Amino acid sequence: MSVLASLLRRDLGLLLLGGRRGGTVLPLLFFLAVAMLFPFAIGPDAALLARTGGGVIWVAALLAAILPLDRLIEPDLELGFFDQWALRGISEEWVALVRVLAHWLSFGPPLMLASLPAAALLGLDGAALRTVELGLLAGTPGLAALGVTVAALTAGLRGGAALAGLLVIPLAVPLLIFGAGSLSAGGESGIALTCAVSLVLVAIAPFAAGAAIRSARG
Amino acid sequence: MQVCRIAAEDLACRRGDRVLFRGLSLALQPGEALQVVGANGIGKSSLIRILAGLLRPFAGTVARQGAIGLIDERPALDPHRPLGQALDFWRAVDGVQDDGADRLGLANLLDVPVRFLSTGQKKRAALARLIAQSAPIWLLDEPLNGLDSDAARLVENIAAQHCAAGGIAVIASHQSFALPAMRRVELADFSA
Repeated sequence: MSVLASLLRRDLGLLLLGGRRGGTVLPLLFFLAVAMLFPFAIGPDAALLARTGGGVIWVAALLAAILPLDRLIEPDLELGFFDQWALRGISEEWVALVRVLAHWLSFGPPLMLASLPAAALLGLDGAALRTVELGLLAGTPGLAALGVTVAALTAGLRGGAALAGLLVIPLAVPLLIFGAGSLSAGGESGIALTCAVSLVLVAIAPFAAGAAIRSARG
Repeated sequence: MQVCRIAAEDLACRRGDRVLFRGLSLALQPGEALQVVGANGIGKSSLIRILAGLLRPFAGTVARQGAIGLIDERPALDPHRPLGQALDFWRAVDGVQDDGADRLGLANLLDVPVRFLSTGQKKRAALARLIAQSAPIWLLDEPLNGLDSDAARLVENIAAQHCAAGGIAVIASHQSFALPAMRRVELADFSA
């Protein structure tokens, strides 16, 4: 257990505090910038903004989750960390699970916080904001799991970062449909389905990422 | 030191379409050391990785008993972190107190970020991690690369002490590495 705690501490130091290029702040600013740009693009129609704002927050969250993908797995593979862990009997699956948790902690809760000013920018009312926040709470763990899986799959490939973004977007479609869909029809059931998709992704991620890391070692 | 043993039977290694070596067998008991020599690209590093269990052999089996410590060209230390913290991470993972930094003359570098260290200093840091790990089987891939002659003697001494205490050392290097009672295997003899 203490080994996993050490791993989590290190991962959080790298991802949250910006040990490697930017940390949490850059995706967050990116998220807010997208939310801020949107009203400029479609004009100051308050009703239209309020109707589409929740979906914009979801798309911005998805894009912000893609930004840190290239520093999730690849640097540790290149620096030889995974080899040293394997020699110590720490399996790639555990490392991947810890990394999903660290990745989520570094972007999920901060995004939920940043959604407050974003909702104000887009003119969302209280009920819509509540649905968005609940949806993000249900959906961001799935996004984190997806991010770690895809980062592991593309680690070591040329142009891996761009490819990772391209792979995450279609795979995140179910989360987006149910998460953003909960805003328009039957909120509760949409959030429950987002939760279900998230759970499946979190359950698969450690094994898929672990297998990918082992094969990348070659 | 715990009981340790490493034995390989009829190993072959393939990288891409080429078989690098075949029919290689070796067995090491506590206190024994082996140097693998050969030209660049002949498969020394691949052999080390196969022995470590990080690379699947094309044919043959490896049996090991005891934990494995590995040094290769990648130090596995966070580049932006101060050396002390980077070593602390491994100390926490290995659950040990001593980080071996003093023995390798790193004491005054502990607050320098790893990315500012020279090649030789990074190699010393990796050796400090290896010493702290206290694994009985040492697999050293080019351990003298980037080290000055003083540090090279120091590494030879440390490896000699490790073997004297009942450990095993396998050294892959094209440079001469002085250890008492060390066997040598010429990888070219097994090239396919």
